[in-house]
Amino acid sequence: MKVQLNLLQVPNSMKNTINRKIDQSHGRLYYALLDIWVLVLRSIRHITKNPDQLLGSTIQPIMFMLLFRYVFGGAINTGGVSYVNFLVAGILVQTLAFGALTTSLSVATDIKRGIVDRFRSLPILNSAVITGHVVADLVRNFISSIVLIITALFIGFRPEADVREWVMIFALALLFTFSVSWIAAIMGLLAKSVESVQWMGFFFVFPLTFASAAFVPTDSMPWFLRVFAENQPITHIIEAIRALMVGTSIGNHGWISLVWCVSSLVISIPITAYLFRKRSM
Amino acid sequence: MKNDITEKSAIHIRGLKKTFGNVKVLEGLNLSVQRGTMLALLGPNGAGKTTTVRILSTLLTPDEGEIYVNGFDVVQEAEQVRHNIGLTGQFAAVDEFLTGRENLVMMGRLYHLSKAESVRRAEELLEQFDITPAADRPTKTYSGGMRRRLDLALSLIAHPPIIFLDEPTTGLDPRSRLTMWGIIENLMKEGATILLTTQYLEEADKLADQIAVLDHGKIIAIGTADELKATVGSEHIHIVIEKISDFDKALTMLARDGLQSNKEEREIRVATDGSVRAVKEILDILYSEQIEIDAMSVHKPTLDDVFLELTGREIEGDESTTESTSSSK
Repeated sequence: MKVQLNLLQVPNSMKNTINRKIDQSHGRLYYALLDIWVLVLRSIRHITKNPDQLLGSTIQPIMFMLLFRYVFGGAINTGGVSYVNFLVAGILVQTLAFGALTTSLSVATDIKRGIVDRFRSLPILNSAVITGHVVADLVRNFISSIVLIITALFIGFRPEADVREWVMIFALALLFTFSVSWIAAIMGLLAKSVESVQWMGFFFVFPLTFASAAFVPTDSMPWFLRVFAENQPITHIIEAIRALMVGTSIGNHGWISLVWCVSSLVISIPITAYLFRKRSM
Repeated sequence: MKNDITEKSAIHIRGLKKTFGNVKVLEGLNLSVQRGTMLALLGPNGAGKTTTVRILSTLLTPDEGEIYVNGFDVVQEAEQVRHNIGLTGQFAAVDEFLTGRENLVMMGRLYHLSKAESVRRAEELLEQFDITPAADRPTKTYSGGMRRRLDLALSLIAHPPIIFLDEPTTGLDPRSRLTMWGIIENLMKEGATILLTTQYLEEADKLADQIAVLDHGKIIAIGTADELKATVGSEHIHIVIEKISDFDKALTMLARDGLQSNKEEREIRVATDGSVRAVKEILDILYSEQIEIDAMSVHKPTLDDVFLELTGREIEGDESTTESTSSSK
């Protein structure tokens, strides 16, 4: 094989000032944003290069939607709203929550493969790797949401939202994705293995989505479950999105959802940054 | 003082200590690597090789010690250190969904090379490391050897003046190992400063200018391969005489400085310079006296002998640490 290297000679007099064509003409913020951009592109490429994952995270919620619409739905009383109109907000939020867990898998995989070490030895913004994965979750969830809502239209979903309300629905959906992804990043950084992170995410999201107003009205639940279900964050987000979609009463759900998402981010982002600096193989 | 150090040494370590929990991994390590040379850090698993590299590449913080890389303090000036180093770790840390080319360009961008320069360097390295035919395939389809070559290429994209190679050939088949050695030798010729860690004595012997033997967190010997070998004795010819009755005669005829013998085993060791002439001289003597032999060998001291001499045990090439780079789902 031909091995011909052409590294620059490094004379002693030139130490530390070698011309390595490194662009240093911009400020720190520029490079921080550049680092994030390069790593966002990396994570988005993972979506297109690993279509199985996108397919899985899009098909599974559609199966759930069909299951609830046609199998369980007939037995569930949702008062003034048709069951399919009631259901879509719940399925959507569940899809977002599970989709946002992809960050935990991506982060755990990067650690296992030594890629995190490689990035940590580079002169880049510390948390750019994780930001890349988090932004990729936003893109993936956006695609899954659109496919889910269009499919829902075929099985009788009749939303009443106007353009302004759809914009608010997607804004809330993405904010929710963003806050779950940063929690998922913490799981990915703490996990002992890629397998264990999958279980961690499942145990975190499963109870929150099923013990909620996603699939049935909470007033059908026993009192203890009902107290939990009515006060946990996912229910507020579901109720807010449902209200915007089909015109149920929004009450305080919108504000409470925002407070949950923002305060979760305020806590999880610094924790992630701290763990990322500490975490090594 | 700092300038004085960095004028001569690309890597300078004094009194490095690192403890994990109550395990003392590094216990006052001293080491310096001259600009443009390669130092091999040789030692068994658990000696502290990887910990040393991780501290030098700012992945770990030292508990104690004065550590400069290219004149920058690894704790106080970590970011400048990162601009000056390339790290190839024990795992082939490449993005498996991206192609070889995409991996290289991404790495160039992260070193803040311009886009055009990243693309140009990627092309150059693909060619040099013989990855071009696979350049546009996802790296998860690469062989172990090719992944390691890409991994090394990734760390070289921004021409770092200092390169850390942490067990770059562990787990590679012999042919890939030879290819890797060829690449590393070329890096040397081009004037890079390299710190290589290895548990293969042969590798250190073949590649490095200086070898530091690390055991239990301390450097127990340092020098060129020849200097280290000289500490355990010179070359000798080892002869086993066929008949015990010939032994004394052989001993008398071969008598010279540096002769050792063991009558029970019918063994004689004659110090030699290892030349054909010296070997022939001995054979001529045995031939003319019609002394038959069971065995004869020319023995050169190896780094294995050095390690055995220094630590009282053999270096173990633990193959169980071999990673399974191809076990992707």
